[in-house]
Amino acid sequence: MTARGSISTAIPVSAARRSAPAMESGIVLWLRRNLFNGLYNTVLTLLALWALFVTLPDFINWAVIDAVWHTQDSKVCRQASGACWAVVAEKHRVMLFGTFPYDEHWRGVLVIAIVVGMSVMSAFRRLWSYRLFGAWLVATGAVFVLLLGGVFGLTPVGTHQWGGLPLTLVMFAGTVVGGMPAGVLLALGRRSSLPAIRALCTGFIEILRGLPLITILFMASLMFPLFLPEGVTVDKFLRAQIAMMLFFAVYAAEVVRGGLQAIPRGQYEAADAIGLSYWHKTGRIILPQALRIALPALVNEIIRAFKNTTFVSIIGLFDVLRATSTALQDPLWVLYSIEAYLFIFLLYFVFCFAMSKYSEHVERDLAKGRNL
Amino acid sequence: MTGDEQPNPMNGASSAIVELRGVNKWFGDFHVLRDIHLTVGRGERVVICGPSGSGKSTLIRCINRLEEHQEGDIIVDGTLLTPDIRKIEDVRRKVGMVFQSFNLFPHLSVMENLTLGPILAQRVPEAEAEARAMDLLERVRIPEQARKYPGQLSGGQQQRVAIARALMLRPKVMLFDEPTSALDPEMINEVLDVMIELAEAGMTMICVTHEMGFARKVADLVVFMDEGEIVEAAAPEMFFARPENERTKLFLSQILH
Repeated sequence: MTARGSISTAIPVSAARRSAPAMESGIVLWLRRNLFNGLYNTVLTLLALWALFVTLPDFINWAVIDAVWHTQDSKVCRQASGACWAVVAEKHRVMLFGTFPYDEHWRGVLVIAIVVGMSVMSAFRRLWSYRLFGAWLVATGAVFVLLLGGVFGLTPVGTHQWGGLPLTLVMFAGTVVGGMPAGVLLALGRRSSLPAIRALCTGFIEILRGLPLITILFMASLMFPLFLPEGVTVDKFLRAQIAMMLFFAVYAAEVVRGGLQAIPRGQYEAADAIGLSYWHKTGRIILPQALRIALPALVNEIIRAFKNTTFVSIIGLFDVLRATSTALQDPLWVLYSIEAYLFIFLLYFVFCFAMSKYSEHVERDLAKGRNL
Repeated sequence: MTGDEQPNPMNGASSAIVELRGVNKWFGDFHVLRDIHLTVGRGERVVICGPSGSGKSTLIRCINRLEEHQEGDIIVDGTLLTPDIRKIEDVRRKVGMVFQSFNLFPHLSVMENLTLGPILAQRVPEAEAEARAMDLLERVRIPEQARKYPGQLSGGQQQRVAIARALMLRPKVMLFDEPTSALDPEMINEVLDVMIELAEAGMTMICVTHEMGFARKVADLVVFMDEGEIVEAAAPEMFFARPENERTKLFLSQILH
């Protein structure tokens, strides 16, 4: 009861402005907050440290100290107790370029350099312009000239001879570049007010989404040619590419649809009210916002598409993974497949990690309210 | 006006810019608009009020066809509204609309919010659109916010941007759908002031609002709606001093204290 009275008098006329209390910092505090806050976490931390203590020295011995780095003789590896990284040096050309003609591997190197270089360039927002778009068109042309040959005195190479990392990269780029617009159109179609278009898109998405990628690839590879008239053939690489593209498109479509559903109705109405046509409304108001919302999930799909390229091996295309397993059929080196696969693991990891880091960066930028 | 409209015999002589004749609309089985007749002349200011759910928002949303009506005719500046999308887009460019929740485009700057419509829908050159936008931003007293994004503005500022955006296409009619209902009390007046200035400049306006002070000040006609029908329509002096219908009296007694 007395407190009531004191509250009203205790409020100062104007509380002085103060700066926020200083944050405690330092590594000890960080450790205490993150690793040793409470008994449960402390036990987990100690268990993890113990597990590291038991396994790490052995791994370092195997991977670094006792490892064989350079040799052309697999017997040297057999005598060593550590990893045989020499297998990567010895087999890297088959692993990276598969069945591509040996003397033309420099063309594969150039393709990898072009794709990686252009991707890095595209990551800088400053460089985004029509010129970059033009550069991509030129780069795409260059990639196909280099891979196919037949012009400028380059030896022709059929798509059945393509392989390794260039094949993986081209398959991936084609999947995303072709599948993304298709996915956006499917998502818009599924929300269309025209019943025929809506039914068509919904059916297409649901059917393809209900099939495993392997089934779709088998259909593209084995069944599709049966339906073609005699004498007409469609290149196997192209068939696989289209299958991958469509598979990516239906998943991207559902992700984009999720983004579209998050846009409030008022945005559509405001766009309608200023007399924008459907495509202006969609392209300038709705999609930019929807894609922004869908971005994290889209990057997830893109990373998955990169890893899904390994599936093309089952219809006989030599992507990096298939090329590696082929390279390891050499009886001299067959024992060292772990090292070779670890190298491939690292390769995939570098690509996927780079993509996920970049998308984090883009998301941060967008969160600042900057215009894309 | 576009050239392809057929002359409307019933419309010829009148100076009406918006005309509703026997308009009926249902949401499912719910009869939301019941036999609405309303004529708005050029330069006229109409305020529509009524309890929530009375159909007043639906009514003005039918005028630029954000909602479709099922029976009756709506004629805007000589154009009869039909499902023809080209005509609808044409009418929408003559009718500005301001929403309760502003509905600015959050991914575009204030300037882009304003210039997008003229540039895309009317092919106005960018420089001209920007000049027009600056002019309007000055009229709504926020020229300094042109490069900001809607999320950085207060509610009152956002609504003023929304008014400027609606004016960008140089509409012949402005529709306001409860423009101050989502605002904090201290921001209501800055928006009403802009609306009053607009009215004084001779703009034809149809406003759904509960701001009775605004209605008294600028309206030529106050319309009271209840349960989907127009119960009473009169000049503000008459409407507030001598309401005829019981429902109007009840509503006014609840809203004016």
